Amino acid sequence: MATRETAKSGKEVTAGNGDGADPPEVAGEIGFGEVKHDLPDKDTCRTVLSKMMLIRRFEERAGEMYAKAKIGGFLHLCIGEEATVVGATQALRDTDYLMSTYREHGQAIARGTHPNAVMAELFGRQGGCSHGRGGSMHLFDWDKRFLGGYGIVGGSLPLSAGVALACDYMGTEDAILSMMGDGATNQGTFGETMNLAALWQLPVVFVIINNQFGMGTALHRHSAVTELSRKSEGYGVPGRRCDGMDALDVHSVVGDALQSAREERRPQLVEAVTYRYRGHSMADPEEYRTKEEVEEWRERDPIRAFADRLVDEGVLTNEDVERMDREAIEAVDEAAQFADQSPFPELDSLYDEIYVFSGDVPGWWTVDERSPEVHRGEREREAGEVPHELAEKGAAYAGVGDEQARKRRAPRDQGAEGAQQGPADDASAEGDAD
Amino acid sequence: MPTMRYREALNQALREEMEADENVFIMGEDVGVFQGAFKVTAGLLEEFGEKRVRDTPISENTIVGMGVGSAMIGLRPVVEIMTINFSLLAMDQIVNHAAAIRYMFGGQVKAPMVIRMPQGAGHQLGPTHSHCLEAFFLHVPGLLVAVPSTPADAKGLLKAAIRDDNPVIFIEHETLYGQRGDVPENGGPMRFGEAAIRREGDDVTIIGISRMAITALKAANKLADEHEINAEVIDPRTLRPLDLDTILESVKKTNRAVIVEEGWPHGGVGANLAALIQEQAFDWLDAPVQRVTGADVPMPYSKPLEQAAFPHEEHVVQAAIATFTDL
Repeated sequence: MATRETAKSGKEVTAGNGDGADPPEVAGEIGFGEVKHDLPDKDTCRTVLSKMMLIRRFEERAGEMYAKAKIGGFLHLCIGEEATVVGATQALRDTDYLMSTYREHGQAIARGTHPNAVMAELFGRQGGCSHGRGGSMHLFDWDKRFLGGYGIVGGSLPLSAGVALACDYMGTEDAILSMMGDGATNQGTFGETMNLAALWQLPVVFVIINNQFGMGTALHRHSAVTELSRKSEGYGVPGRRCDGMDALDVHSVVGDALQSAREERRPQLVEAVTYRYRGHSMADPEEYRTKEEVEEWRERDPIRAFADRLVDEGVLTNEDVERMDREAIEAVDEAAQFADQSPFPELDSLYDEIYVFSGDVPGWWTVDERSPEVHRGEREREAGEVPHELAEKGAAYAGVGDEQARKRRAPRDQGAEGAQQGPADDASAEGDAD
Repeated sequence: MPTMRYREALNQALREEMEADENVFIMGEDVGVFQGAFKVTAGLLEEFGEKRVRDTPISENTIVGMGVGSAMIGLRPVVEIMTINFSLLAMDQIVNHAAAIRYMFGGQVKAPMVIRMPQGAGHQLGPTHSHCLEAFFLHVPGLLVAVPSTPADAKGLLKAAIRDDNPVIFIEHETLYGQRGDVPENGGPMRFGEAAIRREGDDVTIIGISRMAITALKAANKLADEHEINAEVIDPRTLRPLDLDTILESVKKTNRAVIVEEGWPHGGVGANLAALIQEQAFDWLDAPVQRVTGADVPMPYSKPLEQAAFPHEEHVVQAAIATFTDL
């Protein structure tokens, strides 16, 4: 087995094998803070800045709403990664597709999904972009060709290659941008998907949002090769790196990659080196990194840096920047208000959209299929706390069960053959009665 | 009515559906140049070309996932998994993605695809190539599950599966590929959710899953010949949706039920059906529902052990007789 020393080969591959390894120094190589590209036209500058600001303010507000218990489950914020999110998605055509991870509020907003619909989804409301079925990790917007956030690390990689296959199969010029975190590069689907994308020459660009941590495990502690853009090369997918704190650099590199994928049918991989300022999720004590490290990255803040540059170069005034920030705050105020007023999904929609029903196919699709009006869960809700109290007292469900069984065994009115008894016709006796 | 083998019927269904809809395509390990591990896709590469009959690397999870992705934006993939045990490598894409994608995105998208795979013991393929795992897939809301046991059903149900807008787990049986049977000429797709009554009878209902429908029929003939028991044999053909009405109607007539499956007993198809029968027809039962299942072991290689590890007609005969013994 190779030791750490022998695994290292100069600057080519930075290897680490656990707690003892020092984190690799990438800042100099990436050139954080350096001016790499001329500014685009004024409108584009304004769009990029306003989208980054909106995402930042949205995420901050989402965090507050989580603290107020308006949002349940997990909440993964992308604060710090806005330049990567906006720079990459700005390189897409409207007809292109986008897939992302569970840290995808920013992607949805950048792609044009209304912040109201995103916030309502976080609140679990019917007005959410997935109608409250998916939550924070599973946003989706068919109209914007945003094909979802996915909760399984690496799970969306095969899907995105499949979308690219369909784009190719149907003879379109469409391409897909497939985003993943640094942690996903260790999943089996990473290698499998790179191989197939290259083998079948699919129009897909993979973007690794390298925010330095797979949950709480630092990059050099989870990946032997920390220059992630190299991990796809052995599979035939060329990789390149960009400054993930610079929207213009991300846009430029991802744009070139999309062109290669689209025109030459060569899938590409881009590693955007960035950082998330907040924890993995809201339930993260952040014991795996120092405040100094976070502070160091905060000094590279992608929004402040870009805004300062726009002011320095005379594209915007300080007043413009302040006004844009106020507009972002107003937009997220409205989003929170909209979400709060949006109704929860109807309980009788519980079984909706599991299947596409073709109408004439009989049979039991789900256990409660025959009683669409009344489902087991609803009866329990109607019964309120009683079943739970019984259970806690040790009486369990026995009494309730007996009662239901007695109703079910009540003789049929029409009198079955001989002494046989049939189920009660009263459907209310039990959710699944005929 | 023409007679053909089970694998030929499947092949014909694939060919006809590919001719009818250019968005239907096949991908899987060795489905093209090799003609399919069980020759189900024989001749299709030559006829339809590499775009539509795609040999893949050995990457089950990604093959299935690419099928899901391509289905999301309009194609109708038929993915072949070489044997059902390999589908376990793709469980993430099948359960977390194919089955959930419509629901978790609020109905905005669908995944019309078929995942074909053979299962079953009898060829001494040992503990990683011969299990019966239909219960795994039956468990998952969002999937449809077909288990055809005859060439006619294989063809009709595969055509239906390809045209259906849901992800379908299409489970074939390795020992049935060479079996012959009548297949209607120019037959269209069959409907899911319609059980077949393979034999009518009044004394006991025997429900056979996948190949066990055939074992059940043999057992029924033996029960009639040797024990004067007139069994009704039902082949559900699809487990989701399930034609529970036909099963219940039969049980209410015979008052006895035996469920025969090749899979493991715990959490199996039989356990599920027994639960549904007792929930829906408890008062019509004159005896406990009997289950005949595969042995609760990984499939052994050695021939006598393997034969002992899955049900044969004699087991079914004994279980049926047991429903007549006094309680």
